[in-house]
Amino acid sequence: MKITKGQRVALSGILIIISFMLKNTNGAINIANVFMILAAFVSGLPIAKNAFSALRYKIVGIDALVTLAVIGALFIGEYWEAAAVTFLFMLGEYLESKTIEKTRSSIKALLDLAPDISRVIRNGEEIEISPDEVIRGDIVIVKPGEKISVDGTVIEGGAYVNQAAITGESIPVDKEIGDKVFSGTIIESGYIKINADKVGEDTTFSRILQMVEEAQDKKAKTQKFLETFSRYYTPAIIILAVLLFLFTKDLVLSLTLLVIACPGALVISTPVSIVAGIGNGAKHGVLIKGGEIMEEMGKVKVLAFDKTGTLTEGKPKVNKVKAFGIDKDELLKLTAIGETYSEHPLAKAIIFEAEEKFGTISEIPEESEIVTGQGLKFKFKGKYYLIGNRKLLFDNGIIINENQEKYVKSEEEHGQTVILVSDLEKILGAISIADTIREDAKELIVDLKHQGIKKVVMLTGDNKRAAAAISKELGIDEYYSELLPEEKVGKLKELQAKFGPTAMVGDGVNDAPALASADLGIAIGGAGTDVAMETADVVLMSDEIKKLSYAIGLSRATVRNIKQNIYFAIIVAAGLIAGVLGKVVFLSSGMLIHELSVLLVIINAVRLLGYGEKRRNKKQFTVV
Amino acid sequence: MTNKTYQLSTFTCPSCTMKIEGALKKTKGVKDYEVLFNSSKVKVTFDEEIIENEDIKLILERLGYSVLGEK
Repeated sequence: MKITKGQRVALSGILIIISFMLKNTNGAINIANVFMILAAFVSGLPIAKNAFSALRYKIVGIDALVTLAVIGALFIGEYWEAAAVTFLFMLGEYLESKTIEKTRSSIKALLDLAPDISRVIRNGEEIEISPDEVIRGDIVIVKPGEKISVDGTVIEGGAYVNQAAITGESIPVDKEIGDKVFSGTIIESGYIKINADKVGEDTTFSRILQMVEEAQDKKAKTQKFLETFSRYYTPAIIILAVLLFLFTKDLVLSLTLLVIACPGALVISTPVSIVAGIGNGAKHGVLIKGGEIMEEMGKVKVLAFDKTGTLTEGKPKVNKVKAFGIDKDELLKLTAIGETYSEHPLAKAIIFEAEEKFGTISEIPEESEIVTGQGLKFKFKGKYYLIGNRKLLFDNGIIINENQEKYVKSEEEHGQTVILVSDLEKILGAISIADTIREDAKELIVDLKHQGIKKVVMLTGDNKRAAAAISKELGIDEYYSELLPEEKVGKLKELQAKFGPTAMVGDGVNDAPALASADLGIAIGGAGTDVAMETADVVLMSDEIKKLSYAIGLSRATVRNIKQNIYFAIIVAAGLIAGVLGKVVFLSSGMLIHELSVLLVIINAVRLLGYGEKRRNKKQFTVV
Repeated sequence: MTNKTYQLSTFTCPSCTMKIEGALKKTKGVKDYEVLFNSSKVKVTFDEEIIENEDIKLILERLGYSVLGEK
């Protein structure tokens, strides 16, 4: 019969209690001792077994030291010590494995989100298969409450999808034909058919899992240092114990030193905190690739942002329509009709705005001619119109009066691109278009300043006016405009030299070189973009840029947690060694303190799992 | 050369990793290894002509860890 660790600990504990009761009630010392020895055996057996298996490979581990100490204790008749040490050691191990599992719980929760079945159409029939068996190009059907098992494109139906597994955001997103969906996400309502683009281990979800798993074991610098330290520390303690025995001839004392001085809490201090920290991040849609990255992110002094697609949504939008002498709606509609055949992003913004307002526009121009670099000329209902910049109007002899020019200038100074509309006689209106700033960008910059980030900088390839307007609106300290990708790298180097550790934040698509050359590369909106996930050190899976300040806070909390653990472990170890040498601490009490210190270190790390939750709840409260 | 990743029962102490590393270091035919403490996994690169997959599993089991899966 195989008994579990827990049962073993319980049995051993009961035996110890019985032994004590016997001793106190009728003084049957011999029987009491037998129970004590039994208790020592119950707990000690697995320890001894482990010790011997390790010895076979010439490795002296803590098991061997404990076994040796217990044999010594039994030999000199210290039965209580022997039982207590084995019991405490096993109890410690048991509790440690339980609490350590807790630090890994957020990652386990992520694993549980993996899809387990997949419904596909094969030979015209709907069948259920394992997600591993789905191949690219399969048509996958997903119903409400079910998990999507592939990365793919919706080809039929529509649904609200909870994408928490990927982005950490549990508010459902509307998915329609042509939209991309991700494996591991759940359909809350609706029904969709998906064309499988990526399956099995290639899906974003599988790759996140893989990266999180690898990240947990990428050692932090502190951890590497501690491992080197323990490589010298353990032999040093052994030598100390041998010397102690030679001088004092006190075997028990030397053994006690050996057992108690094991650097358990110290060695475990860093990895447990990092696992908890990375797990917390993964749960909130922030992928942090390893312990060293955590440490780096905690130290960042400067944050450099890419503009388009990072601080802004990367999609131009109509912000203002100004009409001169005609109706505003009429102007917008006319312009949209004129832009029908244009592929220009600004034209698309105008059409989008007009269709939002008036519904689908089916009228088309009778003639349309592109004037390169200036705009276009079109004919509608027998009349010619112009859409474009100043030069287009000027070349066609249209006069812009002083007031109109003043209006256009002021719009431009606010970062808008102004599109002018005219007929062949006079100007009809001006439409202001700009990339929209992300809703949470302003809040983020404020939060970052509160967190003590020295400089928030914007690096952009866009023109100076647009850059100036956006950095003014967001409260950015410095901006550098009209930069080529390689110039961004150069600017980053300057910032690093001037202010210290610098992180680059981008969407990961066009700024991969900058992400790679900064001390820390942070990509946002990483779900679905492979390059971003590969090149960046930190990936925010969703578009919510605000999570950046959470990520920085989390890193700092993790580093703080590690430091607390290390200081605590060192103090306890030093105290124990002093106590043993001063004969205040004995084998069993020393073991108790040692195991307790390991447990406390783990429990401290578990606290990290709650990081960010409290703040969220508070915010919800103030809203209510 | 063969690459295998073994999923073991939960590691509780970092000294476990040292024990496994030590044992693998002394095993003939094992070219490279990595013990992942947090995910309780061991990655081993070994020469199938000198040592078999089953032997490596046996070593891990003997050290006191059950092999829960392999890849």
